[in-house]
Amino acid sequence: MAAAGLLMLANTYLIFMWAPTEATLGHVQRILYIHVPMAWLAFFAFFVVFVGSVMYLWKRQRRWDALASSAAELGVLFTTLVLITGPIWAKPVWGVWWTWDARLTTTLVLWLIYVGYLMLRSYGVNRSQGALYSAVLGIVGFVDVPIVYFAVDWWRTQHQRLVIGGATLEGNLHPDMRTTLFFSLASFTLLFLVLLWQRVSMKRTETELEALEGSQELMGGRSV
Amino acid sequence: MSPAPGTPAIEATGLHKSFGVAPVLRGLDLRVEWGRVLVVFGANGSGKTTLLRLLAAQYRPDRGRVVVGGIDRSRDPSSIRRMIGVVAHQPMLYQDLTCRENLTFFGRMRGLNDLPRRVDEALRRVGLEARRHRRARALSHGMQKRLALGVATLHDPPVLLLDEPASGLDQEALAGLRGMFSSASGGRRAVVMVTHNLERGLEWADEVAVLSGGVIAYKAEREGLDEGRFEEAYRGGLR
Amino acid sequence: MRGVKGLLWPVFLVARKDLLVEFRSREVVIGSAVFAVTLVVIFNFALNITPETVDILAPGVLWAAFSFAGVLAMSRAFVTEKDQGSLEGLLLTPVSRDSIYFGKMLALFIFMTAVEAALLPVFAVLFDFSAFSPTLVGAVLLATLGFAAVGTLFSAVAVNTRSREIMLPILFFPVVSPVIIGAVEATTGAIGAGVSAAGPGRWLQLMAVFDAVFLVLCPWLFSLIMEE
Repeated sequence: MAAAGLLMLANTYLIFMWAPTEATLGHVQRILYIHVPMAWLAFFAFFVVFVGSVMYLWKRQRRWDALASSAAELGVLFTTLVLITGPIWAKPVWGVWWTWDARLTTTLVLWLIYVGYLMLRSYGVNRSQGALYSAVLGIVGFVDVPIVYFAVDWWRTQHQRLVIGGATLEGNLHPDMRTTLFFSLASFTLLFLVLLWQRVSMKRTETELEALEGSQELMGGRSV
Repeated sequence: MSPAPGTPAIEATGLHKSFGVAPVLRGLDLRVEWGRVLVVFGANGSGKTTLLRLLAAQYRPDRGRVVVGGIDRSRDPSSIRRMIGVVAHQPMLYQDLTCRENLTFFGRMRGLNDLPRRVDEALRRVGLEARRHRRARALSHGMQKRLALGVATLHDPPVLLLDEPASGLDQEALAGLRGMFSSASGGRRAVVMVTHNLERGLEWADEVAVLSGGVIAYKAEREGLDEGRFEEAYRGGLR
Repeated sequence: MRGVKGLLWPVFLVARKDLLVEFRSREVVIGSAVFAVTLVVIFNFALNITPETVDILAPGVLWAAFSFAGVLAMSRAFVTEKDQGSLEGLLLTPVSRDSIYFGKMLALFIFMTAVEAALLPVFAVLFDFSAFSPTLVGAVLLATLGFAAVGTLFSAVAVNTRSREIMLPILFFPVVSPVIIGAVEATTGAIGAGVSAAGPGRWLQLMAVFDAVFLVLCPWLFSLIMEE
């Protein structure tokens, strides 16, 4: 926890003070150090959802569901941040807030799939059914991602792009920029793991508490 | 399918099932021998239907084992489904198919041979011969229950699971249902019925059990039933 | 136990039962066909389709109509089964859950294809294109198969949730978005408006891959969730 906090502080320093300012784009380029780790973590989170879902369907142990659903919550959070930071980055670089390119479109579709995942959980008749059904979506969604990406990518290459120009994301980075990016990736990943751990243990506590309440109800029923 | 000799009809051990908040079953054990009619009483929400669905291999227990006719659910749920006939609370029928078509469809799904004869027999058994070409939709609730009974017993199942079967049935149909029970005494069949109708349950039972607090809180022979303890277990579940 | 016949016979039984029920009630096919036509009329107003733009817009309108009508059809696939309790009866039979999935999927595929087959000539007249190119037929069949594969699973999932009418399209559309893209592009190529550089063949391949993946994945997931 503390380590993650310190790292995030150091990370902020690197991003805003230490990393050199990009020549043509200026300060707005610094959003790269947040945008890229967010995107990586979103995909990583959905991979965790996939693993948790497969394990839940196999073992039917609640902890796997807790892992999958916690990762899905974080994944949706990070995808949302990607979708917010993306346009802020795109506007000065491409001249538009949004363009239907492969990466942006896939991210948007991804966001929709996992928002559906979270909705499915809350609309289920009961908890175990919600866990079961969302595991299905956790698997279907992850398998679908590469197909979505290819489809959108081919589709894009067939239609003229609106605006192309400016720097690409991974273009030639100054060594200090590169260092900052990697540092940011590492510290955000650690932050993600800490958040995931927190969320999973919170869910475990919730389950234990409910189990306690449940058994008290039953005990009470019999003794009174 | 003839029951394997020496094994009980139903053996459930340490069944746990929860759908989220409170556990419904908490380590339930149950054993039913061939030729017996077990009636399980329990208040609303005590887990009676959940228990039946676990025995019918519709649900998968969180923990514990279900063995029906010597077959373990976790190995071969299909064979268990072949042995079991279920009459549920709601008639499980296709409303746009006729009585005959309903019976024929479910019979084919079970891969039954000699199906036309079985269907005719089932129609006669539940007194729907005259209405064989009526759609289920056009039948009264009681008639639908009868048809559901016909579907459930089409394959002459060695194990019958009944969830409040008597609700909506008239005297004649009840007598028919009772008739199917009597063959249980021949040792060929085992019946588990869940109900909260004390009077009828006690009348039909060889054994009675009370489901309360997620376990079988009391189980005894119908003959020599300790009414005090039975009441206590049953009322315990009501609070 | 009874091998291939043991798997295929129940598939046929379930599909035939669905067709018989549909033949009597007629709510799925006619309902979704009328809905599709309504959508085309709405799109006509919304997009102001003229002879100059029809080639560019027609494939999109066509597939928007087909996919929305498809969702309407698939939402019925399990709603009736669930509400009259017959789904439970179906699951109590000893047939494999795969067979039940494929039976339901086959019936859904037939319903959707029937609606599309009836509407294609109508659209061909309205938008002035030839409905009988092999590419177009291939695109319709592959896309419908993909819709049915995913739709059967999601319909079985959505029917058990509280707001089933909302959940099905929310789950369905993002996942089948590659199929919709592929179908639109292949149709564009087929009716000759092609700016399509790669040609429609590539899109048919993409849809075939999607179908193959989900025809393996969905029945497996279906059989897992049908035993709660």
